[in-house]
Amino acid sequence: MSDVFPKWTNKLPGKVLIGALLLGAGVTAGLTYYFTPKYTRVGYQPIQPVAFSHTIHAGQLGLDCRYCHNGVEKSWYSNVPSANTCMNCHNQVLKDDPKLALVRESAQSGKPIPWVQIHKTPDYVYFNHSVHVNRGVSCVHCHGPVNKMDEVRHAKSLSMTFCLDCHRNPAPNLRPPDQVYNLDWVPPQNFAKTQGAKFVHDWKVNASQNCSACHR
Amino acid sequence: MRYFLLIFLLLAVAVVSIAGFRGSISRKPPIEVFPDMDRQQKLRPQEPNAFLPGGISSQPFVTGTVPRSAARLVKGELVASYSDSPLRDSPTFTGRVAGTTNMVDTIPVPVTEKLMARGRERYAISCLPCHGAQGDGNGITKKLGMAVVATLHDKRIVMMPDGELFHVIANGRNLMGGYGQNITPQDRWAIIAYVRALQLSKLGRATDVPAEFQRALGK
Repeated sequence: MSDVFPKWTNKLPGKVLIGALLLGAGVTAGLTYYFTPKYTRVGYQPIQPVAFSHTIHAGQLGLDCRYCHNGVEKSWYSNVPSANTCMNCHNQVLKDDPKLALVRESAQSGKPIPWVQIHKTPDYVYFNHSVHVNRGVSCVHCHGPVNKMDEVRHAKSLSMTFCLDCHRNPAPNLRPPDQVYNLDWVPPQNFAKTQGAKFVHDWKVNASQNCSACHR
Repeated sequence: MRYFLLIFLLLAVAVVSIAGFRGSISRKPPIEVFPDMDRQQKLRPQEPNAFLPGGISSQPFVTGTVPRSAARLVKGELVASYSDSPLRDSPTFTGRVAGTTNMVDTIPVPVTEKLMARGRERYAISCLPCHGAQGDGNGITKKLGMAVVATLHDKRIVMMPDGELFHVIANGRNLMGGYGQNITPQDRWAIIAYVRALQLSKLGRATDVPAEFQRALGK
């Protein structure tokens, strides 16, 4: 037989097996690591048409999120403000700064500033901002510490698991309604067990895990 | 085998060096595996839309538009949430005495504790950055070049009819911009109620305080 199969073929099945296992493991590892929103979305930080800094406005000045995103409590959609809102201050502050040329132009012409949307759930997901912020879910849970971001980046994955993790156990992520827009708020010890559970009960929080809660 | 391992290792290194790690900053939009489902042909607010005038999906209201939430009967009275409604002449939405151009003197909605709390919250959102927590015009924006911010304790403003304050909040005055788009009429009245309370905090006398609380003030 040694004439038909040379000696080195003895080890061939083992090598093929090891190779196949390695390849399989490599591909699996690659897919799990890369083919999820934790890789594809997190860290997305587009260049915006105007270099607006949330660090300065929401962090240092302490503006409430709702000064600009004033629809968030009433609507499923958290709006980007019109340039008029910027001009409430920037008609005096930095009023001739070239960085704000686009804002001034937009306020005058009514042509929107082409902001680049960062957090964009797929169109088959029906997320409602108002129900979340009005029931003690803070902006920071899904958007990260925006008040410390000079340029906003996609901080959380917003994957389906991300939603479900909280829907399965909402208590740890609820806070008093007056702290929802305070992104630096740190829950006191045992808050989730005592207050969080109380909020779930008192507010009749029914974080549905039914498909039709989000997919319609 | 040696070559296979080498190529495998090289491939792994190549993938990691090209694709990088989770959470690294990227200027490029996220990859969508099934873009046809992710992005459907439907209208979403504030997104560009070539079909509509000006290329914008959030079109301004046509003049005379009546919102669906408009004109509900509440306790026998029609209530609407926008000024551009059949009730546009009612003082709640204009700040003026119906049928005239005179400003109403007092808040035309019931001033309750709830309204006051709402006013305090809304004041903190929209007014406090410039007018300050005490309403004295010393908000944080003053440090950044907002030169002239009115103090709400100015006699001119204390004497102003409530309807005129309503008008100023909605449309602005002098260098102040209008907040009509940001603050609903109901919330404007709430803010006015709170501003009146702020003013009273400086104008009030100890004798204005109910007798049972006067002792707490040390009088």
